Amino acid sequence: MSFMNASKVMLRSLFSKPATAMYPVKKREPYAATRGSIENRIQECIFCGICSKKCPTGAIAVSRDGKSWEIDRFKCIACGACVGACPKKCLDMKNNYAPPATKKSTDRFVQQPQPQAEEKPDA
Amino acid sequence: MSEKMIMPFGPQHPVLPEPIHLSLVLQDEKVADVIPSIGFIHRGLEKLVEKKDFQEYTFVAERICGICSYIHGMGYCQAVENIMGLEVPARANFLRVIGGEFSRIHSHTLWLGLCADAFGFESLFMHTWRLREKILDLMEEITGGRVIFSHVKIGGVKSDVDALMANKILDILKELEPEFREITSIFLDNRTVRSRMSGVGALSEEEARKLGAVGPMLRASGVAYDLRTTGYAAYGQLDFEPIVEKDGDCMARCQVRIREIFQSMDLIRQAVGRLPAGPIDVPVKGNPDGEFMARLEQPRGEVVYYVKANGTKMLDRMRVRTPTFANLPPLIQVLKGSDLADVPVLILTIDPCISCTER
Repeated sequence: MSFMNASKVMLRSLFSKPATAMYPVKKREPYAATRGSIENRIQECIFCGICSKKCPTGAIAVSRDGKSWEIDRFKCIACGACVGACPKKCLDMKNNYAPPATKKSTDRFVQQPQPQAEEKPDA
Repeated sequence: MSEKMIMPFGPQHPVLPEPIHLSLVLQDEKVADVIPSIGFIHRGLEKLVEKKDFQEYTFVAERICGICSYIHGMGYCQAVENIMGLEVPARANFLRVIGGEFSRIHSHTLWLGLCADAFGFESLFMHTWRLREKILDLMEEITGGRVIFSHVKIGGVKSDVDALMANKILDILKELEPEFREITSIFLDNRTVRSRMSGVGALSEEEARKLGAVGPMLRASGVAYDLRTTGYAAYGQLDFEPIVEKDGDCMARCQVRIREIFQSMDLIRQAVGRLPAGPIDVPVKGNPDGEFMARLEQPRGEVVYYVKANGTKMLDRMRVRTPTFANLPPLIQVLKGSDLADVPVLILTIDPCISCTER
């Protein structure tokens, strides 16, 4: 049994930099594998709706007619089920988290009409 | 002797990370009896099995608890894989061991910090959690999550560990081990710490067996019972012995957990060294039909996963018996006759996880 054996650690931390980062000034870099948020390269999307069926929380809404893809980032648990299921591989798991917000909203991606009619090769 | 009085402890109390209520029957400063009540954070996750299909439920199983989420996911997946007769690839099994042992290290480190906080050693609490942060960072780099790892899936794991990452794991462990030795030596040797934990809340081997204690609570009382020795995942191919202490008091429980941190580091080194080549998952076809009971060793003790499937994609029944639930009767036993001032430390030494208990 010893006495004051913690003081070495405590003295060292007194004369060293803090272990925590100065958050708003110095932001923490996410890792490449970090599951942060889902992004859709909407121009490649075919609006098949498989992602919304695979989503365990029902965070994704797909409108085939409106050519829009919507995600509720407050429902999304960033599990990556949609990314794995996407047949066109147009969904990406980004490693940055969705920013905090003061009220709930959804992110809507709308496909712009494409000038060339190259959209029907696999009919 | 004065009259008996009842003192409420919790559900909101500074030492409790999660809500549990104990009515302490006090006589002077001694606890004469304890009446526990739970049910403050029941979420009905077992019922949810009727609403989510069996693959989606993996995400729910992981969210039963925020600390042992990896092994919850693993337990559920093992049960379903056994029903479906899926052969998990060897590499996936080793990766599951690595993830499971990292989550054990982070859970035990979290407990050490909370325990230091419970007996009022704030700076030790901060230093322990400083080390835990590095483990969480490493887990994030491997699995993509810090708390809910979502690494295990039915049929294997989601992400691989390449040679570069394997070396990084070994390097970080090499770097962290002396730091862990330094911090944990304070728990083991310091007079202040020992005065709060030595000889407090002793549970004899017979009582521990009779009351159904599990995990470090049981092993600290001298029973060598560790579910990992049954050889699930890749544990059968790794060398280790269950860690046992004799005294059964708070200090013994602390020693078991500290020694388990180093045992886990050793298991990770072994698993990384023997990582076999091959695929990390197998495709899942069809729906499960049948029932299975999976038993695993969580940081807190034995967890039992019972899954009953009916051949459709929705399961019939899913039941979890979590370690904290099993450790409540021994907790009540050790609380009886203890000093009021020791109650917070005693509650913490079972490593209570109330989210698990109530699901």
